Order: sequence, then structure tokens, then C-alpha cells
Amino acid sequence: MKIHEFQAKDLLRAAGVPVLDGKVARTPAEAAAAFTMLGTPVCAVKAQIHAGGRGKGKVVGSEQRGVELAKSAEDAARIAEGLLEKTLVTIQTGPEGQTVRQVFVESGCAIDRELYCAILVDRAAGSPVLIASTAGGMDIEEVAAKTPELILSEPFDPDRGLGAYQARLLASKLDLPTKSWRYAEQFFRALCQAFVDLDASLLEINPLVLTNEGTLVALDAKMTFDDNALFRHKDIAALRDEAEEEPAEIRAAAAGLSYVKLSGEIGCLVNGAGLAMSTMDLVKYHGGEPANFLDVGGGANVEQVTEAFRIILSDPNVKGILVNIFGGIMRCTTIATALVEASQTVGFSVPLVVRLEGTEVEEGKKILASSGTSIVTADGLTDAAEKIVAAVKA
Amino acid sequence: MSILVNRDTRVICQGITGKVGEFHTRGCLEYGTRMVGGVTPGKGGGTVADLPVFNTVAEARDATGANATMIFVPPPFAADAILEAVAAGIELVIAITEGIPVLDMARVMPVVEQSQSRLVGPNCPGVITPGECKIGIMPGYIHTPGHVGVMSRSGTLTYEAVWQLTQLGHGQSTCVGLGGDPLVGSSFIDILKLFEEDPDTHSILMMGEIGGSAEEEAAAYVKEHVTKPVAAFIAGRTAPPGKRMGHAGAIISGGKGTAEAKLEALRDAGIEIAESPADMGAAMARAIQRRS
Repeated sequence: MKIHEFQAKDLLRAAGVPVLDGKVARTPAEAAAAFTMLGTPVCAVKAQIHAGGRGKGKVVGSEQRGVELAKSAEDAARIAEGLLEKTLVTIQTGPEGQTVRQVFVESGCAIDRELYCAILVDRAAGSPVLIASTAGGMDIEEVAAKTPELILSEPFDPDRGLGAYQARLLASKLDLPTKSWRYAEQFFRALCQAFVDLDASLLEINPLVLTNEGTLVALDAKMTFDDNALFRHKDIAALRDEAEEEPAEIRAAAAGLSYVKLSGEIGCLVNGAGLAMSTMDLVKYHGGEPANFLDVGGGANVEQVTEAFRIILSDPNVKGILVNIFGGIMRCTTIATALVEASQTVGFSVPLVVRLEGTEVEEGKKILASSGTSIVTADGLTDAAEKIVAAVKA
Repeated sequence: MSILVNRDTRVICQGITGKVGEFHTRGCLEYGTRMVGGVTPGKGGGTVADLPVFNTVAEARDATGANATMIFVPPPFAADAILEAVAAGIELVIAITEGIPVLDMARVMPVVEQSQSRLVGPNCPGVITPGECKIGIMPGYIHTPGHVGVMSRSGTLTYEAVWQLTQLGHGQSTCVGLGGDPLVGSSFIDILKLFEEDPDTHSILMMGEIGGSAEEEAAAYVKEHVTKPVAAFIAGRTAPPGKRMGHAGAIISGGKGTAEAKLEALRDAGIEIAESPADMGAAMARAIQRRS
């Protein structure tokens, strides 16, 4: 789950990580008031969307950037006016962009150097790792690809946290002045603690700023949380901004389904993530384009499968549906019953090809055959893919 | 011969009194697995499927001589269940549970590494040695005893591959579900080592997916250390970057973990590639053919 920068800053401030004062605004008047309240000569007005690259991103139909500096309250209002309810396109939003519904007005600071740091769980190390680089403000993926030697990393134990010596090691390698080391210790250790305490899956500070006073401050903050741990963080779960998410994906999540919308025309309903991805690949291999990833999971019931069909059919691009079920936990009788029920309650206007295999497969096929629906059955993957691609192109 | 499990493996189920735990305990019993008991804290003294239920893994182990466990404990308590099994000295710990917080697993990993136990999973279908022992949720009837070692990050994709192998007349020595989470107890490399050493395994089929670099590491290992024919399939060629595809571990992030990069590494190691998921069994057959 992603949250906005201003929400991440609130969490970090509470965790003892230095951030600048700021205030969220939903109207130009609120932005002007925020500028006055903050009382610094310069403020940044920053679009709040769940995507990075805002500084270089542009509002559709104008030269307005996603992040601009304001030198007066009027200035702040003008920038907010140019952002709010407008569509911002950045390198991470895709060409369709995202609507800006709020801006964050943040006080300025005197910047000496811009650095980068992030925390994530490293699969190879089997632990969280703090990574840092002198190449702040830049696209870190590019830095990692071109100059991997500029990326420093320190793994840490979630319960012991980052050692003070590890923070000093980074401070030294980042070439921070020794008078700043105590700030680095405090900053990095508090950041790692916040990552663990909040069950984050990514915490990225880009840029991390060394101020003229020698202190460190998080100028930006991007936080993503482990969905599997939200059950123990109700307060964080409440920060979810559904306006930033694909409506069909929210609906799927509510039904316990895993759904990702794509741009093709063949809807896929599959059990198991690996098989669901493979089914998309299979459709593509046979000349079709998948409309979605949808994993009904292992324990899906009739209601969930029915809802899965409704979600797939809510995409107007869908011209046909391929169901691919290999039963393990999921019994073929469950899916067959759900298919029949869904086709009766929802009503299928598009071709439906079903391939079943696994637990209770014969009983499942019998349910389909005796249902009186127009469901096309397939034997094996290639047969299923050829049938659905042909049906959609017909 | 086989790896990890055989007809002598004595298995308990942690979470046996839950609906899913009971359902699959019965499934394993029907397959012929030597299920010897189960554990649910507070439900000790009862029975499920005529098996004794214990309050702790240590009690279950002392009473039954269990050397393997399959875990169906719900996600908030699953990491603790793994630690309990390790502390009780269970040799093989197979965690089926999906949805364990990744930092819980980060706490579990070093404990497992310093123990004598081997962890498979979590978020996996389990391990099966066809005709001898099934521990997990896979449909038993699709498997046939034979000589192909199978390992995968995905459950249902493994069933698909096994089904294809069986239809082509290639039985399996052991099939191992590694799990779809970012942090799992056993990697492709861990299982490759076992398959390479197992005289009954003559060839190896692996199914990977987008996210992480486990497949690239496995490819490098195969190139250096594996003498048996290897075939592979990678799921997620059509997956967009930045989107989690169901499995917690299946995400292309920062330009890393793409199917293309994995396929390139696998090809470079001389591994036979299945271009379509319908081609997995045939790819294994080609790899075997090439060597003979």
C-alpha cells in the first residue's frame, strides 16, 4: 500500500526523523494560508500523487511542474491553482497522468548537498538493508545501472536496528563533515527504526539533504507498506487514499482477489499467481492481448469467483474470458459451480472458454456440461488459448 | 531415492484443527503419507482424522517421532509456528501459509540458518515424492514416480508442469514448491544441490517468475555445478513493471527482476527454455534428448 508524501512526513516526524514543517492544502486559499503560517521566505508547493518524478513532471496543457517554489502567499496560491484538480504526467504515471487532489506546502531550507537513501528488504541478504548514495535527487535506477560503486548498503537486523557504527560508516563514505556524523547517526537509525516499526516495504528519501548548518533532513519521502502486515497497523491502513487507485483493483482487494488491470481484450481468471502470469503470457504467445491479471487464490468461494467475473466484465475492453483452473486447494467443483452461477446472475455477452484440471475435475466438468450455458470447454493450455483468441478475433 | 521426503518421513500438521489444515491432512493421509499427529495450542488431547492433537510441537515430536511438519497456521502466528518447529528440532519445516509479513520472515531466517532444520516456503504448495509422501496441498493424482526433479516459486504452475511431464511419460523424483514470497527458506540453489546429489534424479525442471534474482543465481550455479539436464520456464513476460502480480515476491522494481533478464541468464547457462507454459514438459524432454 502506498501513501502520500505528506502522510509519510507525518509518520517520520513522529518517529524522530528530521523533516521540514509543512501543511497539506486542498484549495489555493489553503495553500496561501499555509505559506503565511510557515513563515519562511521560500516554500515548495508539491503535488501529492502516488507516483514519483513530480519535479520533472508537467501538468497537461501547461508548463506547470509538479513541484515549484513559492516566494509569497500569492505565489503559493497561483502554483496550487495550477496543480489542483489538474492532470500531472510524470515518468511514473504513464501518459494518462494522475489527477492532483491536494498539494503539500513545505518550508524551505538552505541546501549544501543532496544525497539519496532508501530502505527495503533485500532478498539475497534475507534482511532489511539501508542503501545510500551521494547521487541525490537523481534517478537512482540510473545510478545503480551506470555507477553501482556509488551505491552503499548496510543490512541490519530488524530487532537490533541499525548500529551506530553502521551509520558512521555511511556518513564517512558519503563524505559528510565529521560535525554532521551525530546527525547522520540519529537520522539513519531513526529511519531504520521507523521502517521496522511501521512494517514498511520501501522507504525512500530522495533527496536527503545536508543543510548549510550541517544537519540532515528528509526533503522528500516515499513510503510503501507490506500489505501482509497491515492487520497490525490499523492506523496506517486508514491512510489509504482510494482515489489514487484503480477502482477495479480496490473492488478486487475487498473480495480477497488479486487483480491487475492491463490494456488487452482477453480477460483472464486463474487460480494461483504463477499460473495467472503464465496464462497472460500464453494469451500473448498465441497472438492475443491479456486484459488483466486475476488470481482467485486457493480458498476462493462461489461469491469470490462470481465477483471476479463481475470485475473482469466491468472492463469495457474485454471481448472474451479465459478461465484456467488447476485445482489444488481450489476444487474444480467450486469453480464450475461459480461459473454457472455467475453466468446466470451476471450474464455473459462475451465468449467464455474454460480449462479445468485437478481436484474433482470430472465432477467439475459434469457441472459445466449439464448447466445449459454456452461455456466452451478446452483440453490443455494450447487448446484453451487458441479457442479464446479465435473467439475474440471472430 | 528422492530428496527431502520419502515413505519413512513422519509428518505432523501445525494448525490441524483449522478447516484447511484438516482438509489437507486428510488429503495427505489418503495419498499414503505417514501423518502421525497435529498441533494446535489449547486443543491438545483431541483427535483430527484419527490423529492425536498436541498443544506444542515439542510434545508432538516426543510422542510421535515426527521429523517433518506442514504449517497451515494463519499469517499473524505463522512465523512463531516456524520458530516453534525449529526449536523442537523438526528436520523439515514446510510452511504453506500465505501472507506472512516479510519482516516476520526476516526475523525467522537467521534462526533457521543457525539450526539443523530446513525450511521450505512459506506461501508454497509443499513437497511431494510421488508414490511415497505428499506434504502439502498439491493434487496427488497428477504425479507419477520417476526421475525428473521439479522446483518452482508457484503452486498451480507446478501442477501444470507436473501434469505435462506425467502425460509425456516422465515421472518425477521429488517436486518442491519454494514459495512466492520475497523471503523463503529454500532457494533454487539449495534444491539444485540436493537434486544434483540424488542418484534417482536424472534431470531438473524449474519454474521461476518475475521479481528478485533467484533465477539468475540459479543459472550461475547450474553453469558451474550441475551436470544433469535442466529446463526452465519463467512466468511474467507480459507483466508490467511496478505492479505486484499476486505473489508478494512477483514484482519488477527498479528495472530488476524482469523475465527477459532471467531468460537470458538461463539460456547463457545452457538451460532449455520453455517458450510457452504449454511447453514446460516438452522442454524437459528436449533437454533430456539433447544429452542422450
